[in-house]
Parts: sequence; structure tokens; C-alpha cells
Amino acid sequence: MTAPGIHTEEFQVNMGPHHPSTHGVCRFILTMDGEVIIKAEPVIGYLHRALEKICENRTYQQCIPVLDRFEYCTSMSCNEAFALAAEKLGGLEVPERAEYLRVIMLELNRIASHLIWFGTTSLDLGAITPFLYGFREREDILDLFEMTCGQRLTYNYIRVGGVAKDIPPEFIPKCKEFLDKFDAKVDDYERVLTENPIFIVRNKDIGVLTPEMAIAYAVSGPSLRASGVKFDLRKDDPYSIYDRFNFNIPVTHNGDCYDRYLIRIAEMRESARIVRQAIEQIPEGEIAAKVSMNYKPPEGEVYSRIENSRGEMGVYIQSPGKEKKPLRVKLRGGSYNQLQVMPELVKGHKIADVVAIMASLDIILPEVDR
Amino acid sequence: MEITGIFKYLYEQLVATGLSQTWVEIISLVVAAVIVFGFLAVMALFLVWWERKVSGHIQQRFGPMMTGWHGWRQTIADAVKLLQKEDITPSTVDRPVFYWAPIICFVAAFVAYVTIPFGKGLIVSDLNIGILFIIAITTFTIISLLMAGWGSNNKYALLGGMRSAAQVVSYEVPMVVAVLAVVLFAGSMSMVDIVQSQAKIYQWYIFRLPFGPIAFIIYIIAATAETNRTPFDIPEAEQELVAGFNIEYSGMKFAMFFLAEFVNMFTVSAIAATLFLGGWQGPWLPSWMWFLIKSLALVFVFMWFRWTYPRLRVDQLMEFSWKFLLPVAFANLILAGWMKYSGWFNW
Repeated sequence: MTAPGIHTEEFQVNMGPHHPSTHGVCRFILTMDGEVIIKAEPVIGYLHRALEKICENRTYQQCIPVLDRFEYCTSMSCNEAFALAAEKLGGLEVPERAEYLRVIMLELNRIASHLIWFGTTSLDLGAITPFLYGFREREDILDLFEMTCGQRLTYNYIRVGGVAKDIPPEFIPKCKEFLDKFDAKVDDYERVLTENPIFIVRNKDIGVLTPEMAIAYAVSGPSLRASGVKFDLRKDDPYSIYDRFNFNIPVTHNGDCYDRYLIRIAEMRESARIVRQAIEQIPEGEIAAKVSMNYKPPEGEVYSRIENSRGEMGVYIQSPGKEKKPLRVKLRGGSYNQLQVMPELVKGHKIADVVAIMASLDIILPEVDR
Repeated sequence: MEITGIFKYLYEQLVATGLSQTWVEIISLVVAAVIVFGFLAVMALFLVWWERKVSGHIQQRFGPMMTGWHGWRQTIADAVKLLQKEDITPSTVDRPVFYWAPIICFVAAFVAYVTIPFGKGLIVSDLNIGILFIIAITTFTIISLLMAGWGSNNKYALLGGMRSAAQVVSYEVPMVVAVLAVVLFAGSMSMVDIVQSQAKIYQWYIFRLPFGPIAFIIYIIAATAETNRTPFDIPEAEQELVAGFNIEYSGMKFAMFFLAEFVNMFTVSAIAATLFLGGWQGPWLPSWMWFLIKSLALVFVFMWFRWTYPRLRVDQLMEFSWKFLLPVAFANLILAGWMKYSGWFNW
């Protein structure tokens, strides 16, 4: 590239932690040759809150609000993952209605999380308007959550053995109203971005994640399915009552940013389908099993995993037995592995692609740093 | 309601005071400069407000609403705030370069208006190389961006400055070639002559098929790049470069860049209106009003682009210019030349 006799040198750019598009406080040390990235080194830990250690000093029910902070875009899923693990330890049966309520909340939360991703992706590519469109629909979901549990961000709704409260009577009509218009809204999003030639050239063949690489780095969730690996815990290792619903797992095969975009858009539609089925089938009944505040599961260890919107969310709990606090809690979030694979993906791309790749992998930093 | 009469009257009054010819010329030029400057300052403030309203409505919100009717006082408040802000000069910057960059940017943006006809007879100076002068002057902005990028001693700013240099150089060429097609047909570079050659609506260059619309579209695309607006706003791509070349600027220096950006946007729209949309020509309304309507309609188009499109990447931007826009512009110029030569559609 360079003419002979001209002295050039690589330089380092410190991207983050205070950078508008690193989705929180991620920091990259980029070694660049002009605009081209030679090496990228993620630096993490700016949001470390020792969540795992905090959990070890709390009772099982008290751990739920801590898990809310693990990944605040999908707090419901985090609650669910922990509750599932704790229930598995003690062999608790969750009432039917609670299971349905959980599924409704989880899928609504998945939509809300994907809407944030949709907004930030378009924002990172310079289109500001779709961001507000995404947040407009998210607002409706947050209203539903607020109606149910009084919170809009950290819900603390799913408890060990069930859920905290029953839904109010106006929830189901409101939810139906939202679902009825939601498909048309997703069509709107697609009209703004999917067919947009600029959006396509910015995303096609950028940051290609091969299936082998994805598996080697344990990438999971939509980013894995965009690489052509059909693996979704809702189907492959069904938890809760996901085996009762009829839905598809979208898969694409190129593994580039554009495919990761398509996957998430398709997933929003599928999640809406699940919610629709769940609110039709939901039975009457109890919303929580009888669980003591000082829930003491027997000795043992358990790992439970669920399909979070950013990949596999796993909770490992070790119980000492006859104790109300867990001995050890280990959390696994999808973003960590996706951040790990980023340096491989950005190599040889331009600085603008770092932002596009990061947005398409949908990394969220609290999940990386715990 | 032509306002040329007012100026004529003032000029006559000035002559009647018995001053020497030189002084009359100097005073009238100063007055003209002040009027143009005042107009542009108000226009820039208006455009900032308008941009916020347009973006708001595109994004299904209102934009500023609290300050006055639909928030019209908002930008005035913003301007006052920026005036009051402390003017920070980081210790590592190259002081003279850092200091002069916003001033050059600001001046370059305003000087272009010397040869833009605001209406019939409303032109500061009808140079016979009018359009050439404007293109030369607006390119001056790039020097200031480069200076800002280099002088700031910041990597993001440097990347932004380099990008804008590459971008403006790339897009200047197709833009000039597109404009040349019009100049060829008008047979003059004087802005007034160009406007007068499009007296009837079917004579507007945008309606002169087939070269007119192509030249217009090329011009609009290149002008978007020239003014650093989405989808070509890579010099200040806030998601990649945080703020690009103006990252270290604050207070009034930042305001100068900011206002210059909006003035530039109005400049390219005004040029497009003059070259392709018949300038001040139009029925019923006074000429200056037609000029404003046409220019602002084009400004609206630029805003519409900005709030709809994502941003291109820097290399894609160059590719688009050199591999697509420039060949098309040249082919279009040849077509226009042939049309002029053969007398085809030469009304």
C-alpha cells in the first residue's frame, strides 16, 4: 500500500471505556494501520460487581434481585435461570399458571431486549431514527411489565417456586393489543433497514463467524444460529414448558453481521408467536409453590441453562445442604464468549466495522463483567 | 414585494450625501456584507431549529416544544449558552492551527454568498466566474477541517480530519463535472446568467432531459458528502470517531464549526436551486421568496436523508465516488456536450 521510502508506523487507538458505541464500558485497544485494524485487545472489568460472591451471602430468594443486575436488558431471563437452578436443587414443582406467566414474561423480555439491539445496531451504523422506533415498541412491553411487577428495568418478578404476583386483569387484553400491532411494526423496521442498500453494504460479509470458530469459542444464541448451527435450548434442552409451543428456530448460514441481524428480526416474530400461544393457553390456578423464605435445598450441585436473548445463560449452584445460602454460584453469560471472539472477527476490518460487529454480536457489558 | 427597490433607494441616498465614489462603494459593500451575514446567521439558527423539528417528527416525537411557539427560541438559547461557555484549549494542541481552523471554516462558509443571487438583482457581486468562485471557496472548508484534525493532537480528530480531506477531494470532482454540464448549456459561469437561462419552468435544468436530472442527482449526492451529512458523515461519525475533527473544540469555536455546517448546507441547497431549479424565477411570489422556498425545500431533502439513512464506511464512500459517480458524471457531461452541439432539445 505505502510508497517506498515513506516512513509509516502503526498506532494505537484506545476505544472506550467512554466511547459512544461500545455498549457500556468495554474498552478496546486497537492497533491500527491507518483505518485498518491489525490487532484488537478487549479490556474488561470496568463493571465488575462481584455478583457471584454477593449471591453466596444471600438466601436463595434474596439472590433474585442480584441476578436482575447480571444482564439488565433481560432481567426476567436471569431471574428464571437462577430460579430454575434453585428449583432443580430442591426438586420443587412450579404450578402450571406460574410456568405460563414465566414464559410470557421471558418472551416479552426477549422482544424488548432485541428491540434494544435493533435500536443500537442502527444507531451504531449512523441511522438514528430506527433507534427511536425500537424504543417506542419497547415502551409498550415495559408498560406491561410495570403493570405486572411495578418495575421497568430490574423486575425481580420470577421467584424460586413461581412468580411474585399474578398478572392484573387488564394485562391480557393489553398484551394482545401489543401483539396484534407488533408484526406490522417489525415490517416497518425491516422496511427501514433490511432492504436499505447502505445497511446491506455495511453488514454483508463483515465479521464472518464460521461455525467452527463459533463452536470453538462457545458462542451461543442468535450469533451461533446466524453461522448455521441450529442450536436453541428452548428446543434442544427444553426447560419450563417450551415443549408445548409451536415455534421455529430461524437459522442462516453466512455468519456475517447481516445474517445476525436477520436472525434477531426473525426471532422477535417467533417470540411474539410464543407469547400469543401462551396467553391463549394460560390456565387458572396457583402462581407459586409454597417455598419457605429460608429455602434450604439438600446437598448437591446443579447447572441449569436457558436460552437468553444473547446466548446461553447458565447458573451453577453448589449447595452445602441444610443451609439457606448457596456455597458457590457461578454465572455464565453469552456476551462473554462473544466478546472473546471479537478480536478474531475485527482483524483486517476498518474501525467502522468494529462498531458494526460489536452491535451485531449484541454484547452487553454487565454480563461480561458480572 | 421586491426588496431591490429599498437597496436602490438607500444607494441613491448615499450618493446624494456627496461622498466620493470610492467611499460610496466601500460603504455599500460593507452594508451588503453585514446584511448577508445577518441573514445567514439567522438562517443558520433557523436551520438548527428546523433540523431538530424535522428529526423529531421523523422519529415520532416533537422536538423542542417548551421554549416559545414550538420551541423557536431553543437555538437562540443554545447559541447564548455556547457563547458563555469557557473556551478550552487543551495543553497539547498546536495553538495557531487549532485557533485558526474554526475561523477559516466559518469565513469560507460565508464568503461563498458573495455570488449567490438571492433574488432578482439581489446579489452582492455578479462575478463572471460566479460558480467557479463558489466551488473554489467552499472547498476551502476542507483546509480548516484538516487543520482542526491535525492541530487537535488527538487520534480520533486526526482520523476525522484525514477522512474529510479524502472525502471532499473525492466528491468535489463529480460535483464539478455535474455542474459543468449546466455551465455548458448556459454558456456562462455567472450565476445571474445561469438563472436567466431558465426563465420558463421547462427550461429549468432539472427538466432538461436526459442530462439535467442526472446532473442534479449527482450534484445532490456529492453535496451531501461535501457538507458531511449522513449517509456521508464519516468525518464526524460519532459512533466511530466520537466527534471526529471537532472533538477537542468547545464553546464558541465549536459553535463556529456547527454554524458553518448549517450555512454550508444552505449554500449547497442555494447553489442547487440556482443551477437546476431556476433560482429566483417563478410566478406570483417575489423573486427572493422563490429562492428561499426552493433552497429550503432542498435543505429539507438533506435533513430527510440524514434522519433516514445509515452511514457508509470510508472505503465504500471512496469506491462509490470514483467507481460510480465520477464515470457517470463524465458520461453525462459528454452527453450534454453532444446535445448542445447537435442542437437537440435546445430550447
